[in-house]
Amino acid sequence: MLQKGIAAAPGIVIGRAVVQKDEMVRYERRILDQDEVAPELGRFRESVRAADLELEQVKEKVRHEIGEEEARIFEAHQLFLQDPEFIGAIEEKLESERVNAEAALEEVRDSFVAIFESLDDEYMRERAADLRDVSQRLLKNLLGIHDQLQADFAEPVVLVVHDLTPSDTAQLDREKVKGFATNIGGRTSHSAIMARTMEIPAVVGMSDITEQLQTGDLVIVDGLEGEVHIRPDEAVVAAYEAKQQAYWKQKEDWARLVHEESVTADGHRVELAANIGNPQDAVQAVENGAEGIGLFRTEFLYMGREQFPTEEEQFEAYKAVAETMGKDRPVVIRTLDIGGDKELSYLDLPKELNPFLGYRAIRLCLDRVELFKTQLRALLRASIYGNIKIMYPMIATIAELRRANQILDEVKAELRSQSILFNDHLEVGIMIEVPAAAMIADQLAKEADFFSIGTNDLIQYVMAADRMNEQVAYLYDPYHPAILRLVNQVIKAAHQEGKWVGMCGEMAGESLAIPILLGLGLDEFSMSATSVLRARHLLRKLDYKSLQETAQHVLTLESGEEIRAFIKEEILNKL
Amino acid sequence: MLTNTFTIQNPTGLHARPATLFVQKATSFPCEVNVIKGTKKINGKSIMGLMTLGAKMGEQITLEITGEQAEQAMEELGKLLMSVHG
Repeated sequence: MLQKGIAAAPGIVIGRAVVQKDEMVRYERRILDQDEVAPELGRFRESVRAADLELEQVKEKVRHEIGEEEARIFEAHQLFLQDPEFIGAIEEKLESERVNAEAALEEVRDSFVAIFESLDDEYMRERAADLRDVSQRLLKNLLGIHDQLQADFAEPVVLVVHDLTPSDTAQLDREKVKGFATNIGGRTSHSAIMARTMEIPAVVGMSDITEQLQTGDLVIVDGLEGEVHIRPDEAVVAAYEAKQQAYWKQKEDWARLVHEESVTADGHRVELAANIGNPQDAVQAVENGAEGIGLFRTEFLYMGREQFPTEEEQFEAYKAVAETMGKDRPVVIRTLDIGGDKELSYLDLPKELNPFLGYRAIRLCLDRVELFKTQLRALLRASIYGNIKIMYPMIATIAELRRANQILDEVKAELRSQSILFNDHLEVGIMIEVPAAAMIADQLAKEADFFSIGTNDLIQYVMAADRMNEQVAYLYDPYHPAILRLVNQVIKAAHQEGKWVGMCGEMAGESLAIPILLGLGLDEFSMSATSVLRARHLLRKLDYKSLQETAQHVLTLESGEEIRAFIKEEILNKL
Repeated sequence: MLTNTFTIQNPTGLHARPATLFVQKATSFPCEVNVIKGTKKINGKSIMGLMTLGAKMGEQITLEITGEQAEQAMEELGKLLMSVHG
């Protein structure tokens, strides 16, 4: 039987399950006699000391076996135990209401968790999980329950539990625990992050997997697809053994490619870059072998807050990415693409009937010049720390490009008059996502330093089909001849003027699209970081020369289905 | 009682790692440390207090320090608030 969950850490494991249900922590809320208060307070303080000691040990173990970053989670837990507001509130409740320590702890914990969870800040909401974890440790110490989780096993196992707290995850015996599945949790929960660091396959958010499996059952955890097979038969096991072997081999093959060039079998070089949404993502991009950042979405700086980010704040973020990528690897930073369906609470925009066709991105920036200037100043100032390029989104007319460049020149003049350094030669390009821009690419190419084709929006504008609308989803097809012909036209127009062309939509990372785009002459492919090595692996087997002909033939085919089938049969299956 | 106002320089604000460092530093002093942002005033030795204060980069916060080693505490905590890294 197959059950779906959330893929938390990649890999496949086949093994025997060990199911551990959370031991219910039971106690009664009790009103103390006056003479019991002092001893109860002593008992509570003793349990705080014991929990702190445990945390010290867990922290050292994690620092040693996993890493500094992960160990800091427990450092934070220790701070909770020392927190005068938290511990003080528990002690005060114990004394003033004369309740036992367990009840005081849980009641105070719940009030703090409620505060954390009500905050409009993802980071703070995650801290609620930490507070629960540390409170649970305290509670178990009070009740004299010592083992948080059975962590030592005689045989390799697949652990099946309701949830893994950071404390649990850190205690896992990595030699024996080959994978895990949990009822709750998401991709960004601590346990998922730690599973990825520890490189053990994991599927989380399975809702009732602890009920479906019993200790000793055979189980397959597929952390690639986010699936768990419950008591699979021989045929399924055989299929997964093959899949597991293939994954290991592939992983080896790909890992060897991290520092290799992105070059085809016949020596044609392109750039494989990553799309990122915040400065931390850049680290992952480098680890995955990206040769640059093809799209840095700056919206994260503006979302989830109450006022516009300051120039300093933006400067720090752009500088951080530039420095992570170094002097050589380019970083294409897209100016603000907000408005329309992406709202900001502090930017009071009228509701629109048709937000995708409305007041957004460069249209908004050209109207709210001060907002735009702050971003451009931050970008220019950061430009001396690496290879930054600026990209304007949603350009539809040449007048928009000229107006944006004029504002950029004004900002440059201001910086010059203040003797603030910036790279005067930084490239300024545009995103090609409005069909009008694709049609006048020859004219735009004279004034833009580069193009990046944003297929996600371009496809829905060209096909007049909202990709979120299932009833018209069949029209949202990156392989439709109309799309490929436009892409071809844009690349030709840019090359005519000696400019380079990238693509930063999902399409750029698809195995079926890469041979076509390569054949059409695309210079830069920007995708999610985790796709880069797969793309490089494929690229190195392709022949640029013959794909140029293939691509021209593809442009004569009549439908997306036909084109996909052709590439699959004639190119991919023959590699 | 000593008071001084600082502008937070760390891009992540007084959050996560910087908050941890601040509380660790504050706890190492015997004096009382209060942190004020706008109308909110919290205990500077409380990680929860500091995190719920939600001070962001560029915002101003005031330290109010009373007791033994107040001057040294003000200097070292101020340095932390003004630092970009951590």
